[in-house]
Amino acid sequence: MRFRLNGEEVDVDAHPMRRLLDVLREECRLTGTKEGCGEGECGACTVIVDGDAVVSCLVPFVQVEGRAVQTIEGADAQTLQRSFMDHVGAQCGICTPGMIMASLALGSDPTRQQMQEALAGNLCRCTGYEAIFRAIRAARQTIRKSQAATTP
Amino acid sequence: MKNAITPLEVRRPASVRDALAMLRDEGPLVPLAGATDLYVALNFGTLQATRFLDLWSLDPLRRIGMRGDVLSVGSLATYTSLTRSRLVRQRMPMLIEAARQIGGVQIQNRGTIGGNIANGSPAGDTLPVLAACDAIVVARSASDERRIGFTEFYTGYRTSVLRRDELIVAVEFPPLEGRQWFRKVGTRAAQAISKVVMAGIRSDRSSVAVGSVGPVVVRARRTEDALLAGQGIDSATETLGDEITPIDDVRSTADYRRVVAQNLLRQFWSDTA
Repeated sequence: MRFRLNGEEVDVDAHPMRRLLDVLREECRLTGTKEGCGEGECGACTVIVDGDAVVSCLVPFVQVEGRAVQTIEGADAQTLQRSFMDHVGAQCGICTPGMIMASLALGSDPTRQQMQEALAGNLCRCTGYEAIFRAIRAARQTIRKSQAATTP
Repeated sequence: MKNAITPLEVRRPASVRDALAMLRDEGPLVPLAGATDLYVALNFGTLQATRFLDLWSLDPLRRIGMRGDVLSVGSLATYTSLTRSRLVRQRMPMLIEAARQIGGVQIQNRGTIGGNIANGSPAGDTLPVLAACDAIVVARSASDERRIGFTEFYTGYRTSVLRRDELIVAVEFPPLEGRQWFRKVGTRAAQAISKVVMAGIRSDRSSVAVGSVGPVVVRARRTEDALLAGQGIDSATETLGDEITPIDDVRSTADYRRVVAQNLLRQFWSDTA
């Protein structure tokens, strides 16, 4: 079945009712997407399909045919990832790829409430979220500064 | 948890007409929309069905628009698309409230209003809204289409009048008078299944519906009558306590649910005074 994966056209042979999560991790060998609960509660397996954050444990493979899937491996999120490390937004790390993917939906200057809503479907049992919010805010500042610096 | 998928079969209709023909000729098939309920059951091995009908690419079922003075919402409209719709925001603010409190963003991007109805959980968050406003479920088969009043849709716990050859294609909302109110009580704001969920419309003939307090969503008509009769909120609250049949389960207890439902009624009444 054909779909776009991280910007590239791919053709993957897998059962149509297989979970997108399993197809990504096993057939596509992209293990950055993690499995947490397997029931759509924790957000660890969050990927972006056609621009929308979804939990890949609840997406049947058949439903991504012809669509664009973006995983943590293909995310343009280096500043965000660096910021998660600098601000200790990641401890055990299992939720981090999902947190990053869900954060991508946020605008350039998110309010606390916007961050809480965007990450409401992502559970973290280590950091208590404050470090994650700090990391996101700091990353956005870094991005804004670098944009300001490069704009003549 | 990985599911055993080898025996599973999925049919992929190219159009709504195609889907209805498959339901008629190749059934029984379980319609598959955003899969946010169905895949939970499938992953945990509690789903008996093995044959599915994938609706996800049927874009005509995503339409949100007016049919005369009636707001028609396609069954495949996701919670996110509801919250983004200007028409829904203007006419059905309580549906927006319900949609925004379901799961997290990832679930709202996939879960559909038709799926919430078809899944038929007594805790379905949009269901009290549909019950309170006398929404109409549009069910279509290869041979006909019928409009079913939402309060007549369910026949018992997770059972309904929908036939196996029928598909929910839309939900219709008649024009509403009065102030809409919605409140969900769960363990946290997001990702929680309701302990009690209530929708109300305050008008000359106020309506109240409650979820998670019985095998199906409850349209509290006796409570409404008590409110209409002007017997005071204390009396209406007592009536509501008799009208619902909550149970003890993993999420809450019957006693707690009854008290919370009654408190919500009081809150609805004072918030909309």
